[in-house]
Amino acid sequence: MAHISFTSNLQKHVSVDSLEVISGSGDSLAQVFTQVFVQYPALKTYLVDDQFRLRQHVAVFVDHTLVREKDLTKVHCAVHADIFVAQALSGG
Amino acid sequence: MSHKTVHTHLFAATRKGLVRYRRHEHSYVFEQVHFIGEPVTMLLHDTHNQRFYAALRLGHFGPKLHRSDDNGQTWQEIATPQLPKQDDDKPQEKGNSVDMIWSMACTEKRIWLGTIPGALFYSDDGGDSWHLVESLWNAPERSGWFGGGYDQPGIHSICIDPRKPERVIIAISCGGVWRTEDNGRTWALSAKGLFAAYMPPELATQENTQDPHCMVMCAANPDVLWIQHHNGIFLSEDNAHHWQQIHGVTPSDFGFAVTVDPSNENLAWFVPGIKDECRLPKDYALCVTHTPDRGKRFNVHRAGLPTEPSFDLVYRHALAISEDGKTLAFGTTTGNLWCSSDAGKHWQCLSHTLAPINLLAFARLAHK
Repeated sequence: MAHISFTSNLQKHVSVDSLEVISGSGDSLAQVFTQVFVQYPALKTYLVDDQFRLRQHVAVFVDHTLVREKDLTKVHCAVHADIFVAQALSGG
Repeated sequence: MSHKTVHTHLFAATRKGLVRYRRHEHSYVFEQVHFIGEPVTMLLHDTHNQRFYAALRLGHFGPKLHRSDDNGQTWQEIATPQLPKQDDDKPQEKGNSVDMIWSMACTEKRIWLGTIPGALFYSDDGGDSWHLVESLWNAPERSGWFGGGYDQPGIHSICIDPRKPERVIIAISCGGVWRTEDNGRTWALSAKGLFAAYMPPELATQENTQDPHCMVMCAANPDVLWIQHHNGIFLSEDNAHHWQQIHGVTPSDFGFAVTVDPSNENLAWFVPGIKDECRLPKDYALCVTHTPDRGKRFNVHRAGLPTEPSFDLVYRHALAISEDGKTLAFGTTTGNLWCSSDAGKHWQCLSHTLAPINLLAFARLAHK
């Protein structure tokens, strides 16, 4: 299970709690977030654009490492990954 | 129903929220702020059903649309237009996604919405769902468009002919002027006569790469449209089929905003600046220029505007006129907001302390 938690700044726009989703070996971050968006549909346009790229000023940390790739299909996610979604300091 | 009286409210869409003013005596007074802290890029008041639509461009979380059915007391987030999956192997598609909602207009049945990048969408269900106008998005000429001010081209002006709502004329920076006669099924360039000095000389009259900063249509005579273009002021007297440049405008014919009296196509207002990249009032002296006779003469109005050096620039949607033809307002990138009740001859400051102003809109709020 991957564990996903969110910056409190998101609560202003979308009510969202931390959650756990099933993550298989070899899954991408895109697959993980697809499950998250099933649970929180309103969250989707806040984190990814209409091409399913991570928004430029949304920062995602996987196991405490900043993800720099915006194409989430290219980011591998460990089975028990700890994922944190933040708003970047840029973009304000 | 047509009203020729002054509007009850004035909205300022700013970098830090939607600021609402209420009519009081011969001016407007602050009333409240919606979307505190958020960049508001567009506001549409659908007078057919008294709905408001506000477009946000959240710095972190992207473009969003909100709708209000109670004069702005409460807002509901609705669907945001989305582009279909783009092919990053094609240069004209690479990197495309809706970045900013830049224009909206409506008839009783349909809402039109323009974005950066240069995509046009429509909704026939009050904004619950949006559809890309694929005939325009897939036009081969789109590969010739380029950004003006922003990195990507954008649709900032949408004029619907009140005599024939299927006729819609749009302006694109930088992609010229386009028209549809069949509610968006087919499109054609409509920019003959515009001139682009920034292009190679042999391409200066090319319609598809013109930079109309703002285009407005006179409601009472939709055959007359005005453009504040990157290269000056242009007028069309034949419903945008042909354009002619207005020469000899002082202190400058450069700027972004234009507005026209809704009842008299001969009366138009502009807020000039210095081209190209400087974009300040000439000699730091902020003024409004006004033609009373369809561009033959221009009056320069400064009464009530700053006498100290001004660095104010007015964005393309930040000059507005009320239906009475006398009440105007303009707002600047330095957060200054002025109002006039005598057709621009004298100006009164409503605020010196707003965030940069993207758009102004007058509205008449109905009691609900």
